[in-house]
Amino acid sequence: MKLDAQIPSGPLEKKWDRYRLEMKLVSPANKRKFHVIVVGTGLAGASAGASLAELGYNVSCFCFQDSSRRAHSIAAQGGINAAKNYQNDGDSVYRLFYDTIKGGDFRAREGNVYRLAQVSANIIDQCAAQGVPLAREYGGLLANRSFGGAQVSRTFYARGQTGQQLLLGAYQALARQVGTGQVKMYPRTEMLDLVLVDGSAKGIIVRDLVTGAITSHSGDAVILATGGYSNVFFLSTNAKGCNVTAIWRAYKKGAAMANPCYTQIHPTCIPASGDHQSKLTLMSESLRNDGRVWVPKKRGDKRPPQEIPEEERDYYLERKYPSYGNLAPRDISSRAAKEACDDGRGVGPGGLGVYLDFADSIKRLGVNTIRERYDNLFEMYECITGEDGYKTPMRIYPAPHYTMGGLWVDYNLMSNIPGLFVLGEANFSDHGANRLGASALMQGLADGYFIIPSTIGNFFAHNKKVCPPTSHPEFKKAEEEARGRIKKLVNAKAKGKKTVTMFHRELGKLLWDKCGMARTEQGLKEALKKIPAMRQEFHEGVIVPGQNEEFNQSLEHAGRVADFLEFGELMCNDALVRNESCGGHFRVEFQTEDGEAKRDDANYSHVSAWEYQGPDKPPVMHKETLAYEEIKLSQRSYK
Amino acid sequence: MNLKLQVWKQSNGSTPGQMVEYQVKDIMPDMSFLEMLDVVNEDLIKEGKEPIAFDSDCREGICGTCSLVINGIPHGHRERTTVCQLHMRHFRDGETVTVEPWRARPFTPIKDLVVNRSAFDRIIQAGGFISVSTGQAQDANAIPVPKVDAETAMDAAACIGCGACVASCKNASAMLFVAAKVSHLGSLPQGKWEKDRRVWNMVKAMDAEGFGNCTNTGSCESVCPKGITLNFIARMNRDYAMAIFKAQSGEGFE
Repeated sequence: MKLDAQIPSGPLEKKWDRYRLEMKLVSPANKRKFHVIVVGTGLAGASAGASLAELGYNVSCFCFQDSSRRAHSIAAQGGINAAKNYQNDGDSVYRLFYDTIKGGDFRAREGNVYRLAQVSANIIDQCAAQGVPLAREYGGLLANRSFGGAQVSRTFYARGQTGQQLLLGAYQALARQVGTGQVKMYPRTEMLDLVLVDGSAKGIIVRDLVTGAITSHSGDAVILATGGYSNVFFLSTNAKGCNVTAIWRAYKKGAAMANPCYTQIHPTCIPASGDHQSKLTLMSESLRNDGRVWVPKKRGDKRPPQEIPEEERDYYLERKYPSYGNLAPRDISSRAAKEACDDGRGVGPGGLGVYLDFADSIKRLGVNTIRERYDNLFEMYECITGEDGYKTPMRIYPAPHYTMGGLWVDYNLMSNIPGLFVLGEANFSDHGANRLGASALMQGLADGYFIIPSTIGNFFAHNKKVCPPTSHPEFKKAEEEARGRIKKLVNAKAKGKKTVTMFHRELGKLLWDKCGMARTEQGLKEALKKIPAMRQEFHEGVIVPGQNEEFNQSLEHAGRVADFLEFGELMCNDALVRNESCGGHFRVEFQTEDGEAKRDDANYSHVSAWEYQGPDKPPVMHKETLAYEEIKLSQRSYK
Repeated sequence: MNLKLQVWKQSNGSTPGQMVEYQVKDIMPDMSFLEMLDVVNEDLIKEGKEPIAFDSDCREGICGTCSLVINGIPHGHRERTTVCQLHMRHFRDGETVTVEPWRARPFTPIKDLVVNRSAFDRIIQAGGFISVSTGQAQDANAIPVPKVDAETAMDAAACIGCGACVASCKNASAMLFVAAKVSHLGSLPQGKWEKDRRVWNMVKAMDAEGFGNCTNTGSCESVCPKGITLNFIARMNRDYAMAIFKAQSGEGFE
């Protein structure tokens, strides 16, 4: 497999401009002859679908939700970064680029990240023009807040619902194109497979989730914007429907899967309350602007928080990372919380929690200011836990939240399969081994609004136009395979005792323990032994009630869990061969004396891209070396 | 805690449905209503029975997917709450709880508690946007927006498109949903240029979908999980009246 990142040559700050100058264009009259398939309608998918349709391409858009407005980008709370420097606090494109590379523990591509920082400012302009109600000051200009891993205020926000408002902006732009007929929208439709014709991505196989009908759709190119795979852990902050299926199917058709072990565990989530827990809820990282994180100094201290005097509290983030304090990056904050809890100083049921305390900020700013900034988050906290965060410190604990790994893409956001583009969280490209807060929204919209409209045109201009009919044998074959997989799932129940959810929970627990916040060689090997057995048991007897030819939520879930059961293995394999710690990937064997992640730049400054070899063969790992032309690698320090 | 559930079961849109009773045992007060249904479904599946179909996704009150009428009230009896954020601690041990889908003709049934809300998407497609294509925008701070207008826009934009307003209305009116979008975009300087055309087209689409009219009972406002207020309906009526006036006086916008 040849992995060429296609980064344009020349100085970093000129690469993207140069690319756009040199790219070939498709004339307006020819654009309408091309048909693009977009899977997923979150920030990346909806913005791509809308922007491509505006250019004149014909677009078919697919989502499994009942409306494209419900994709999980909607749940992002805190904000979106942009190098506007409206606050005059020393921000610049270069600083956003550097913060992102450093935040990612020097495991992302310079060229991609610099471009991301460059277009970040255009995103804010675009969203303001669309009517996204971003927060404003009394003078009518845009407001900013700060976020983890940065010493400037560059985060734009819309109360605690930034993701919702940005997504509605993109959704409305997409709706405008659906209204004109330039986009055909397929809600409640799930992608089951990718179809290649002569080695190029030319279509997909989908299942209508209402009727069960399995059909083919062909196009000149396929864009996957299907999000991340945090739900492999069962409990995560992702929506129930989020899954790995689309990118996993593409992997099995030859697309390389890059850095699957890079997962982000978010430090501020509401702790699980029992075994019935169906998902975890995130509390925006922005809370760390005004909340102080602490645990009791004494182990097993059962006193209520108000009764623990100041000198017996350990504000461990402020103690360990004085210059960033409570705004230390996510991976570091999560690990510090785990350390405190492992040390027996956790609070709440099972000792799996730390306090996030607003008492000082309320004293300093008054309760009204805090209410104005975060009221919906406090409301949500009270609704779930029954506790009032204004009066008693919130309890928080880390939870799987985002996945930096994903399908390998080059500078064009194209995978190693010609014509298969991957955007947003589904690709691997911009966040390295750890994503900074408020950067996911930025990347999703950068990919969809500003990058793919250029790069897909360049691809079309360089390649002969081929859009095969869906009667092509490759489509028929893929349809039959998809039907076969479903039939197998529906028929498995004859001798089964376990439901899909039981398998999913079991897999999730195993991966959380062995491939979660701390990983060891021994633990990963144990997981690698258990997963194939779990998979076999699943296929021999998972109970899937009902049939394919109906609205069948158990069957939907079964298909997704079947793919998670394969994907989890690759994740562990990737974690096992990366003998270093970096960002969200923390191998216990590789840490500094004070317990920080210890990178090994000499041996692991590369992207691990995995190639599928067939059902019974181990995958092969290819390396894309990360070349740093601009910055010097250093140990990440937030002290 | 233990409960008796009365749940609407319906195989698909073309077969009639009925209420079915389920006994539910050992429910924890910290569970959400949907987690309680998950427990019921797990038991049903293990017994070889058909689970209850219901919609949900984010389970944190923002995606607008969940849509149950509980004891006659869309999203249940707690104010400003979606079903996924409604916890069992707000129910009594031994209580009988009825669970029904959104009921309104434009929301056609799919299965059990799941309905088709694509009518909402079609209303947005008719005009619920600002016509600006990618790349056309100027610097975001070039057009200041008074804070009070930005806040009004945000209050309206908080709508999650769940459809509880329609489900609670005796007229199955979608006025609160449509008014929220009309007000969100219309209160911003960026959105005012196509204000007349927007309200005209969206109201036309709303009528075409078969939603009823508003008779000011306010039930929509009382069940809205995001606290969208009736003021926005008044505002939309004003905008609509203005659009009609402009259309009739020859000051067209089409």
